[in-house]
Amino acid sequence: MPPVQEAPERHTLSLLVDNEPGVLARIVGLFSGRGYNIDSLTVSEVSHDSKLSRITVVTTGAPMIIDQIKSQLDRLVPVHRVVDLTVAGKSVERELALIKVRGKGEIRQEALLIAESFRARTVDTTLESFVFEITGKPDKIDQFVSLLVPLGLVEVSRTGVAAIGRGSDPM
Amino acid sequence: MMREMTGAEMVIQALIDQGVEHIFGYPGGAVLPIYDAMFHKNQVQHVLVRHEQGAVHMAEGYARSSGKVGVVLVTSGPGATNAVTGLTDALLDSIPLVCITGQVPTHLIGSDAFQECDTVGITRPCTKHNYLVRDVNDLARVLHEAFYVAANGRPGPVVVDIPKDVQFARGTYVGPENISHKTYQPRLNGDPEKVRAAVELLAKAKRPVFYTGGGVINSGPEASRLLREFARLTGFPVTSTLMGLGAYPAADKQWLGMLGMHGTYEANMAMHDCDVMVCVGARFDDRITGRVDAFSPGSKKIHIDIDPSSINKNIKIDLPIIGDVKHVLSDMLTQWRAMKAEPDRKAIAGWWGQIDAWRARKSLSYVKSPDVIKPQYAIERLHNAVKDKDVYVTTEVGQHQMWAAQHFHFEEPNRWMTSGGLGTMGYGLPAAIGVQVAHPGSLVIDIAGEASIQMCLQELSTALQFNLPVKIFVLNNEYMGMVRQWQDLLHGGRYSHSYSESLPDFVKLAEAYGAVGMRCHRPGDLDAAIQEMISVDRPVLFDCLVDQKENCLPMIPSGKPHNEMILPDHPEALDEAIDEEGKMLV
Ligand SMILES: Cc1ncc(C[n+]2csc(CCOP(=O)(O)OP(=O)(O)O)c2C)c(N)n1
Ligand SMILES: [Mg+2]
Repeated sequence: MPPVQEAPERHTLSLLVDNEPGVLARIVGLFSGRGYNIDSLTVSEVSHDSKLSRITVVTTGAPMIIDQIKSQLDRLVPVHRVVDLTVAGKSVERELALIKVRGKGEIRQEALLIAESFRARTVDTTLESFVFEITGKPDKIDQFVSLLVPLGLVEVSRTGVAAIGRGSDPM
Repeated sequence: MMREMTGAEMVIQALIDQGVEHIFGYPGGAVLPIYDAMFHKNQVQHVLVRHEQGAVHMAEGYARSSGKVGVVLVTSGPGATNAVTGLTDALLDSIPLVCITGQVPTHLIGSDAFQECDTVGITRPCTKHNYLVRDVNDLARVLHEAFYVAANGRPGPVVVDIPKDVQFARGTYVGPENISHKTYQPRLNGDPEKVRAAVELLAKAKRPVFYTGGGVINSGPEASRLLREFARLTGFPVTSTLMGLGAYPAADKQWLGMLGMHGTYEANMAMHDCDVMVCVGARFDDRITGRVDAFSPGSKKIHIDIDPSSINKNIKIDLPIIGDVKHVLSDMLTQWRAMKAEPDRKAIAGWWGQIDAWRARKSLSYVKSPDVIKPQYAIERLHNAVKDKDVYVTTEVGQHQMWAAQHFHFEEPNRWMTSGGLGTMGYGLPAAIGVQVAHPGSLVIDIAGEASIQMCLQELSTALQFNLPVKIFVLNNEYMGMVRQWQDLLHGGRYSHSYSESLPDFVKLAEAYGAVGMRCHRPGDLDAAIQEMISVDRPVLFDCLVDQKENCLPMIPSGKPHNEMILPDHPEALDEAIDEEGKMLV
């Protein structure tokens, strides 16, 4: 009997955490241990001197679960702040992907045309392959990838989502 | 204070500066420098245990009965892994502990060195926080911070893992002054607007109930005092979880008894039918709620908790108040008085009329026997014999634990130590030893089962070594009674491996340890035997042979709501109580 019947929602959370060993394990362990979803996760140091890292997690769950996730994250000792960008106002979300396509002749031409129309850059070329670099919202990348499937897609490497609130205020 | 010393000396100095008087530990290669520092400076009394699990439970008993942080010292590898059960127990019951573990030297970490394990990795999910200290100059700060994190906010266990080279290295020691965590600053005072809204709700309530928990105990004796004051002022009924027993006096007429799976009928019905519920430092655990979608359907729910993640975790809350229980209760009382609020006396009187009708079902009654000791009777007689003494009670886990909660009545906080969240068999004896260390002159009793007591019985040796005259009162039903009861309930009475086969002779076993062994099997002999047990100033193992077939009632079968309790006047309902969905639950 799950207590919650509300429809699941997708939320992007931004966390400011101490940049210390184990902090990522704590966060990932919290998600796996409590059965929460991680759709995407990115981590990087914010600046050397502040010893802080910023983590962006995209997760899905019913509203009650999303609230749980936020307060569970917030009570981890090395977590400074948890901001739910999905409710905090407008935000920008971007992801970068590197995509390898293999093919010859017409197919190859077609791939190049599509890449152009998505404003992807070609970062590696051989006689029978390309590597494209594309940035954008996750669904733009999804779309790009799906168009390349019949054109010899062989490999995709995506960074996961980085996100930030719009406007002048910091998180 | 800044001084040069070794890491090992820092450990001892930090303990002294934190006001630690006792630690529970067990030596090994990776903590030898710390033991050596202790040898030179014996200000902190070390209680040598017989198994690291015992050390952690002792520290838990010590902490719960004294309100101080319990401290544990164990070695790397097996020392740390043996501590894991106790750490998890402390996490689930929110008990403040600092557990110092030795680690292989930093240059060997990750090499599968002898007695190496990933202690911070293993204990990450079973601690409130943990640290691996790689630089001796961080050590003092981390140790003080560990005490701060363990005790502040929702309390919990903290592990500090110290590689052996860091223990030998010299560095600068800093004292605990000004050490508070830079970001971990739990909120103590409730939002005044919410406090006011809560008081308004209470003043209008017609069928209110206080549902209190371990948070009241953790908040300190002042919280219990305020709860009593508030209850007296309003005339509202009070119930409590297993963890909160003693915060409200059981002898008081507003006391409904414990609630939950084995709680009283009146407590559970009051929860089900109330119109305003005030949850004070409890967490809507599944033992309490029963079926969540049928939990207290008509009530407005106020929830006071220091941990925001407890709000809306299992049950939707109408009015959450984040804060420490004593602060929030104090503000609520002030607000109540400032508003010159009055309870709706007529409605409350009607509510009590209803509660008294539920009480009249006498849900804790049982059939007495002249020939065999009923376990409930044993607890009743034990309580009767010691109730005017300065007594502390711990338990193991099983039916005896529930009977103790039902029939041993607590008037004061910090007197009752039981493994509530994790349900750890083997908790009671070491916890009792820890309590006795904190309260040398008091009477400390572990109410045990014959199966559970065998899980940490080796600690009897610790009790002997340190002259800790704990009393182990074993309700010996020759079964893992609680398992047997569930096999009755769910598995057609097929008692698969729940009989306590090949039991030792507990009397001889006690004597082998140098303790006193006693046995009693006739109801008529019980009072005298209990008197003898409590008059002995040595550890006693009392083998009380009780009815083997008794089931623990009343009971909310798993998956059922509060108003479908099985009562002792209709025990046969147990047979078909649980449906297929309920079977899945524990
Ligand atoms: C460490 C551990 N293992 C298993 C269990 C499951 N369990 C719960 S109660 C119980 C039986 C306890 O038997 P006993 O100590 O004799 O108590 P009784 O129920 O008979 O009073 C068991 C096995 C547990 N709670 N803890
Ligand atoms: Mg038993």
